[in-house]
Amino acid sequence: MPEKNRFKPGDRVKVLKAYPPGHIRTPFYIRGCTGEIERICGTFPNPEELALMRTGLPAQPLYRVRFLQRDVWPGYSGNPSDVVEVEIFQHWLDPA
Amino acid sequence: MNDQGKYRPLSYFQLMEISLRELLVEKGILTNQQLDAEVEDMRRRTPERGAKVVARAWVDKEFKKRLLENGTKACEEVGLDIPALKLVVVENTPQVHNAIVCTLCSCYPRMLLGIPPDWYKSRNYRSRMVREPRAVLAEFGLKIPDEVQIRVHDSSADMRYMVLPMRPAGTEGWSEERLAALVNRDSMIGVAVPKGPGE
Repeated sequence: MPEKNRFKPGDRVKVLKAYPPGHIRTPFYIRGCTGEIERICGTFPNPEELALMRTGLPAQPLYRVRFLQRDVWPGYSGNPSDVVEVEIFQHWLDPA
Repeated sequence: MNDQGKYRPLSYFQLMEISLRELLVEKGILTNQQLDAEVEDMRRRTPERGAKVVARAWVDKEFKKRLLENGTKACEEVGLDIPALKLVVVENTPQVHNAIVCTLCSCYPRMLLGIPPDWYKSRNYRSRMVREPRAVLAEFGLKIPDEVQIRVHDSSADMRYMVLPMRPAGTEGWSEERLAALVNRDSMIGVAVPKGPGE
């Protein structure tokens, strides 16, 4: 059974500010940032576990999270509504 | 594989590739024929496949709706079977411009666009496209008006992305084939836009 979804589209979430070693699909620049769930992508085996030749199960929910660029990059100079969207696994997200 | 006409010492990764390939064949996991067929398949995949999908979406509103809902399923309708590809199609509008990058490595919808260009894999593009997209797009010759929202999609995990560009003006009544010829690779990555007649 895959891990249950804790978030739905529109929910505000904060990415963990953590720096564990290994094969991590959460880009550094987005750690610690707050955004909004854009969509649920489905569930996928955890790539951090797969990289260690483990099963990656239970499968983890994957989300697309939308961040305002001005919240990600201090001094961002483009349109204040510009966004960056990143796929983030559930275990990297906290409610915000 | 390395047919450059001159002998050079193999790099670490070339050596690894040859060793792994020979081991897989030696252990009977793959045959040379299978490997050659896979390489041929990869060569056959070109951005024309993506262009076909875009042209269909331009002429068929219902198809476009299905494409934006579930890219993988909609591609089956135009004869592109891409089961392994979890495709998300993002639509450009007069208010929104989309662009794709993979900051972690070089994730790319190869089944639809073929082999990625070298610049897509460069550190320069990967690091700057998320941080200063307007400056990067300007370097590609694409000036996005300030009032248009830019959405950068970081293809960081299991999904793959393709941009559905806007249909150029002056193409009313064109056939799908004629429209598809306007759609190039860069416009489906979001670093260019298709040009209409006379542009």
